Parts: sequence; C-alpha cells; structure tokens
Amino acid sequence: MRIPCPHCGTRDLREFTYQGAALAQPEGDWSPDWDSYLHLRDNPAGETRDRWYHNPCGTWVVVTRDTVSHAVTGGIAAREAGA
Amino acid sequence: MVDLIALTPCAGLLPLTVGNLALAEVDAGPIHLIAPFRGGQAATDAALSKALGLEMPGPQATTRKGAARMLSVGPGQALLLGAAPPALDQAAVTDQSDGWAVVSVTGPDAREVLMRLVPVDLHPGAFAVGATARTMVGHMTASVTRTDEEAFEIIVFRSMARTLVHELSEAATGVAARG
Ligand SMILES: [Zn+2]
Repeated sequence: MRIPCPHCGTRDLREFTYQGAALAQPEGDWSPDWDSYLHLRDNPAGETRDRWYHNPCGTWVVVTRDTVSHAVTGGIAAREAGA
Repeated sequence: MVDLIALTPCAGLLPLTVGNLALAEVDAGPIHLIAPFRGGQAATDAALSKALGLEMPGPQATTRKGAARMLSVGPGQALLLGAAPPALDQAAVTDQSDGWAVVSVTGPDAREVLMRLVPVDLHPGAFAVGATARTMVGHMTASVTRTDEEAFEIIVFRSMARTLVHELSEAATGVAARG
C-alpha cells in the first residue's frame, strides 16, 4: 500500500504508523457520544477514513481508502481535516 | 581532572570504501533545527536572508549559500547546517549539532546501493541534485539528500551511526558482488 503524505508525496506503507479511525471528537462533557467515540467502530466494506502518522516527517494524515478494492483515494493533513 | 576527548559520531567507523562506493563522515559544522511559530515564516525567512543569504526550503527541497545550507525535515521545519543562525524571535531554534551523524555516499553505484535501503524513488528524474527526503534507511528514520549526480548525504540520529554504517556497507558489499 502506498499512502499520500501532504508534505512528502506518496510513500511506502512502511514509513507510516496506523493511528485508528478518523472520528470527530464529541463536544463537551461525558455523554453516550463519548462512549461511542472511544469504543464503537464501524467495520465498513468500502470507503473508510483513518489516521496515519508519517514517521519521518511527523505529519498526521487523514487517509481515505477502500477496504474492498484497497484503493487509497486521498490523504490530507489531519490539522486541516478537522478530525 | 579528566581530559575529555571529542569524538565525531562515526569516529572509528569511517571512511570506508566498498567496491566503487565511498562512505565518509561529513563535518557539517553547527546544526540547528528551525521551526517558525504560527505566522512567523515571513519574519524568519527575512532574518535568515539578511544574515545568511538563504531562506527556508519548501517541502523536499534544500537551499544553500556558501557554507550555510538548509534542508527541509518536515512541515514548517528545516535544519540549518554549516552556520550559526541569527537571532530569530519568530521561530523555535534548537542546537542539535551533536545530535546527528552525517554521512556521504559517493560513487557510480550510490543509487544502486541506496535503492536496497530507501523506499523512495532516487532516479535523477524524480530526485534531482538538491532534493531531500525524510524517509527511512533500513529501519532508521533519516534524511536523504542528493548532493551530486552520484553523491548522496544521509543524516540519522547520532546513536544510529554504527547501524547506518553497517547497513550501507552490507548493501554496498551485495551490489559490488554482482560484478
Ligand atoms: Zn511526510
């Protein structure tokens, strides 16, 4: 798998560390939303968004990819993705 | 009173010649990491330009003026080598002079050897003289820079110096054995 880093360009998977699903953090105090945020994950057959850390340059990337076709369709810096 | 002896990161390891590949330690002079604060890029570039005649490089690029040179190491971060930075009030500046091992890899097979260790396209069409990449050499995080057609410079953490020399010499031995 090759992953697009917004700073470095498309790079080999071995340069990245998987950092979990790209979910928006719930607002405010404890609520059932926080429980879902922490513990509940979809397991989509198709498009999914997750965070990857590009170890050499330090960029957190939100990657859009397809779990069926394995196509990687996009990567943007997490600080610009709002998630 | 004990007299301490200063040793370079690759002391006792380099220089080394394997086949037609030459590995040598580079004395890069002072090394500082420069990371402008939010909104401080223009002021930092202006101060660097005034004092040293160069600005911070863009992604995967290097800049150079005389002995001073900079290489991009991440978003909004660059290493300044070969010169002390001027006063920069709009950037975080960290002296890392003793923290890095700098090694030159020179020879007709330099790219062949690095291709075994670095997961980035180093063909001159994709990686011209002056290009730099934050990537890996084997399992080590490194900066790889093309300094000439057949010359690269690799920068790793000082503690990785021995591993770097081992990886490079092993790969070079393999390439040289092909004849
Ligand atoms: Zn990157």
